[in-house]
Amino acid sequence: MNVIEVNALEKIYNDSEVKVYALNGVDLSIEAGEFTAIVGPSGSGKTTLLNLLGGLDQPTSGQISIGGTDISKLSSSQLIDFRLRNIGFVFQAYNLIPVLTAKENVEFIMHLQNRPKEERLTRTMSLLKAVGLEGRENSRPNKLSGGQQQRVAVARALASKPKFVLADEPTANLDSKATENLLEIMEELNRNENITFIFSTHDQRVVNKARRVITLEDGKIISDVRK
Amino acid sequence: MRSVIIITAITIGMFAGVFTSTFYKGWINQRLEAGVETEVSHIQIHHPDFSENFELKNFIPDGAITSDEIARMDFVNGVSPRMVVQAMVASSETGTGIKILGINPEKEKTVTNLYSKVPEGKYFEGVKRNPILIGEKLAKKLKVKLHSKLVITLQDSQGHLTSEAFRICGIYKVGNGMFEEMNVFVMKSDLARFVQLDESISHEIVVHLKEHGQLTPNSEMLSGKYKNQLVQSWKQMAPELGLLNEYGSIYIYFFIIIILLSLGFGIVNTMLMAVMERVKEIGMLMAIGMSKFRVFWMLMLETVLLTLTGGFFGILLGIGVTFATMKSGINLSFYAEGLEDMGYSSLVFPVVELEMVCVIVLLVLMTGLIASVYPARKALKYKPAEAIRIDM
Repeated sequence: MNVIEVNALEKIYNDSEVKVYALNGVDLSIEAGEFTAIVGPSGSGKTTLLNLLGGLDQPTSGQISIGGTDISKLSSSQLIDFRLRNIGFVFQAYNLIPVLTAKENVEFIMHLQNRPKEERLTRTMSLLKAVGLEGRENSRPNKLSGGQQQRVAVARALASKPKFVLADEPTANLDSKATENLLEIMEELNRNENITFIFSTHDQRVVNKARRVITLEDGKIISDVRK
Repeated sequence: MRSVIIITAITIGMFAGVFTSTFYKGWINQRLEAGVETEVSHIQIHHPDFSENFELKNFIPDGAITSDEIARMDFVNGVSPRMVVQAMVASSETGTGIKILGINPEKEKTVTNLYSKVPEGKYFEGVKRNPILIGEKLAKKLKVKLHSKLVITLQDSQGHLTSEAFRICGIYKVGNGMFEEMNVFVMKSDLARFVQLDESISHEIVVHLKEHGQLTPNSEMLSGKYKNQLVQSWKQMAPELGLLNEYGSIYIYFFIIIILLSLGFGIVNTMLMAVMERVKEIGMLMAIGMSKFRVFWMLMLETVLLTLTGGFFGILLGIGVTFATMKSGINLSFYAEGLEDMGYSSLVFPVVELEMVCVIVLLVLMTGLIASVYPARKALKYKPAEAIRIDM
């Protein structure tokens, strides 16, 4: 079953009088349980595609259907709610809330979803365990290493039970050991719990682990390889 | 850290505001109290021409009857009929012009609290013949002490210039230099003999009411009844006091609003900084699905809580200092020698008024709310996709 269906997606930026085609007719479908990397040089449209898939931006034309919902037709407040319930985000700079502990950072998103307290607690604990942060639940982000912070971010992304997780250059700020560690955890989650991951990345190590690599250039998909 | 700074700023600002207002309020109340309870009393009745040149012949006809009549009215607390004469007073050193008030000491006690403000000597006691009560300021001016002799010269009712000796039985102190310098009190019977008028004659009937809140209706009622006389309430006799009473609080509120306004801008500035510093955080929150309303509410709440915390400590501190200084008062005489000449006491006892504190709390809350809107709105303008990637 396809989690994501993208048809004839276009995104045009009208900088000055020159039209810039950030995405120029992208068709794409991603199934549940895929472990996909989107690669391409700077300016190829990776970030734009990720923003559109994540419902952070509206396409100029074309459809994005996620789990059967056409998100290009949603209003901005509907989009916010849609993101909350369907999409998990992992950012390059971790973007944890500095004043909250690891546990609270993970729990926070379920709080936004108005989940009951019991469920929040058990799910937070099991997620932190899954990302190998048992015992660090009460640490604030500034007491955690970059790799550990990013693992908290993964746990947070999963906490909302999303249909898929979008990770925007998740390893860009990590050393090789932390990168390996993070990738292992994500692979494990993908394998054991069938969680769909989509990365945008420059990192060859991520590309190597990916089971599908989509290459963008000048706003178009120039190759789509499944391993 | 930033929160601590802004809370401290608000605390200091609110402390200044609250303390200034309790201080000022105390000052006003003292001035009013002194003005009304010591100097003017509530209502005074004169012959319509009397206040122009204080002529002896402009007394209130049937003054004794009128005064007894008023004393029987049920809203009246006390009545004191006075004989008032302009005169010259001389000590062995120097002389000056004064106003002599001939009073019945017991009746006078029912309309003013002058009797309680005699630190030196006694209120019409201790001197057998021709006792006189003078103000501290006049005593200094004439360089006289308790039991000194004073010679008063005046024109009696027959037009003859005549003099008589009086002995100081007490020196009163009311904190109003002008009043102390101008007014001396003697027994009405002594003054009547001196100016050759009957003791029952009065130039001034002073009325003290049971309920000060009924000032205007009671004074209107009296002026309706005694149409041929001039009936004036203290607000008419001393308009500057009435003004102080009515506009004093407004002045205080203006002062506090100005403080809050400047604090408000400080808060807006700080919160804008806070929002800009947290662009990424806010972007992330919106990206993962925090609604705009919630983001707005979160930032607004932060501002309001900061303001309220600062306001709370400031008000507490202000009230605390007020209570600490309430008993002993704050002595300003070192800074302001001229204050007493204008009738303002230099020893100020601040007062806390519940109503005023409530209004200040409301004003603080409003400041917090208003100051929070702009930064919070600013935060909503960010697009999450862009905000997350901003490099700080």
